[in-house]
Amino acid sequence: MTLAIEVKDLTRRFGDFTAVDAISVDVQVGEVFGFLGANGAGKTTAIKVLIGLLAPTSGSARVAGFDVVTQSEEVRKRIGYMSQRFSLYDDLTPRENITLYGGIYGLSDLDIRARGTAMLSELGLMQVADKLVSTLPLGWKQKLSFSVAMLHRPAVVFLDEPTGGVDPVTRRQFWEMIYAAAARGTTVFVTTHYMDEAEYCDRLSIMVDGRIAAIGTPAALKAEFGVSSIDEVFVRLARPTTAGAG
Amino acid sequence: MRTPERLHALAAFVVKELRHILRDRQTLVILLLLPLAQVVLFGFAIRTDVKDIRLAIVDAAPDDASLALRAHFTGNGRFRVVATAAMIEVIEPLFRRGQADVALVIAPGLARALADGTPAQLQLITDASNPNTGTTIQAYAGAVIGAWQIALPGARQGVVIEPQVRMRFNQSLESVNLFVPGLISLVLTLVTAQMTAISLSREKERGTLEILLVSPLRPWQIILGKVAPYLLLAFANVVTAMVAAWLVFQVPFRGSLALLLAASTLYALVGLALGVLIAARTNSQRTAMMGSMIGTMLPSTLLSGMIFPIASLPWPLQLISNIVPARWFIVIVRGIMLKGAGIVHLWQELLVLAVMLTVLLVVAIKSFRARLA
Ligand SMILES: Nc1ncnc2c1ncn2[C@@H]1O[C@H](COP(=O)(O)OP(=O)(O)O)[C@@H](O)[C@H]1O
Ligand SMILES: [Mg+2]
Repeated sequence: MTLAIEVKDLTRRFGDFTAVDAISVDVQVGEVFGFLGANGAGKTTAIKVLIGLLAPTSGSARVAGFDVVTQSEEVRKRIGYMSQRFSLYDDLTPRENITLYGGIYGLSDLDIRARGTAMLSELGLMQVADKLVSTLPLGWKQKLSFSVAMLHRPAVVFLDEPTGGVDPVTRRQFWEMIYAAAARGTTVFVTTHYMDEAEYCDRLSIMVDGRIAAIGTPAALKAEFGVSSIDEVFVRLARPTTAGAG
Repeated sequence: MRTPERLHALAAFVVKELRHILRDRQTLVILLLLPLAQVVLFGFAIRTDVKDIRLAIVDAAPDDASLALRAHFTGNGRFRVVATAAMIEVIEPLFRRGQADVALVIAPGLARALADGTPAQLQLITDASNPNTGTTIQAYAGAVIGAWQIALPGARQGVVIEPQVRMRFNQSLESVNLFVPGLISLVLTLVTAQMTAISLSREKERGTLEILLVSPLRPWQIILGKVAPYLLLAFANVVTAMVAAWLVFQVPFRGSLALLLAASTLYALVGLALGVLIAARTNSQRTAMMGSMIGTMLPSTLLSGMIFPIASLPWPLQLISNIVPARWFIVIVRGIMLKGAGIVHLWQELLVLAVMLTVLLVVAIKSFRARLA
């Protein structure tokens, strides 16, 4: 298996509205793949189809070597997901959240404790390990959320706007965590609308109105459009239809 | 995942649910005290209604004075004389069977005592199983006796009323007895259907349900993990309600406790499945709450025979009452508690609940499978 994600002509409609319009993407194992697009471009919808939360209208997709429709259970065992909304349990502590997800993903109690402690000290969250998550600042919550999604060492992790609303310093740290995950062999599929972050990706695609308008390495894309930043590439692509990134 | 891992995953999920419940102290306290409060409040509200007081009179040697006193009682709209006897032994069984609320015992020689000015003895016996109505009845009876005294020629003094309160097992308090099973069903509906609907739709609203659905947990594990803690709570509530009913109102318990708990489990599962269904079909906590209110609490109160007998409902509502689980459950609980009925008598009602549960489970898991499409 060389491809972590294989998407062919994937379409998802809501009634008459086509949110994802025949997209095709291949992501290599261990890659950090940026999935860019303005608000409403269809990024979240595409991710939800890939992780089995939504059924595709047509086309096919394989994640970690399994078909997302017919082998969704196999897929779910091998992926991590951080949703666009913060979705740890606010009324539980970081440690309790870790225990819960570790248990759900079939880790042993011993593993959960060891990985949990390692994770919390890496994040510098040991002092708040037993405080309610609701009392933590957003940046900490996001980092915790990402680490929890990585707890079971998934083959592929889907991050939907993980750095939304987070300060620049924390964003930087967040990307270090993403690189560390990729270095351990996890494929990272990440959406963002911060164009500076796009430069950190191995490869990226830009989605406009449900279609993939461009795909390639940051350098190749800049060369293709003859511009000096991804931001400019983005503006070129987005201008004909909608205004700017949201 | 292998089976032990599945169980481990389920256990982790149940622990998390328990934490939610234990952490929300206010809701927990309310849910735990609710059955107690409901039984006590409703019980007293029903029983303090003392319009038709059934009076038994013991008059060993009737004379002018005692006949006049009896006339005062018969003339008072609040009392209804159910028996008159010469010996107290005749009254005793009436009391025991609950056909009398109060007994007036007139000592022989009332007229003579009044004429001589010696103390005359009157005894009022009330049932102490409800101190509240007991006192009210005593007060009414005392007022009637007072009126009789004032009407006596020369307004004689010297009548001694000796109130006597006896502990009695009174089977007549049917309203409370019939009401307690209804309350049990209501409390169960609340903690199962309503609480499950709310807690599941909260996960939907906060986005945590997505994370669960993306995990290797299967829909049945999520549902089971979600409802198991509420099932425990439901058990605690049934026991509290029954102990309260028994301690405060001596509501009898004649049948098998095991059968009652088994039936309660069945009914609780029906409620839980309804809760899951409501949560699956609604998009916010608020609508889920409204939905469970209208879809479960109202029918459980109004169409279950708890307050209005089914036979007194207009026929379309009678028809609808057939699909209200509480209607069947109340019959079961009344049968077990009040009549000591066994599974032989109640299998039809139990079967109806079992069928409802099966249908609801299938539909609930199906709408859950539909995910967030
Ligand atoms: N469940 C749904 N029903 C109808 N339309 C939807 C649904 N989910 C998303 N959409 C629409 O699909 C489009 C893409 O949404 P989304 O995938 O969330 O975009 P992005 O994540 O790129 O901001 C939007 O126009 C949105 O309104
Ligand atoms: Mg989105």
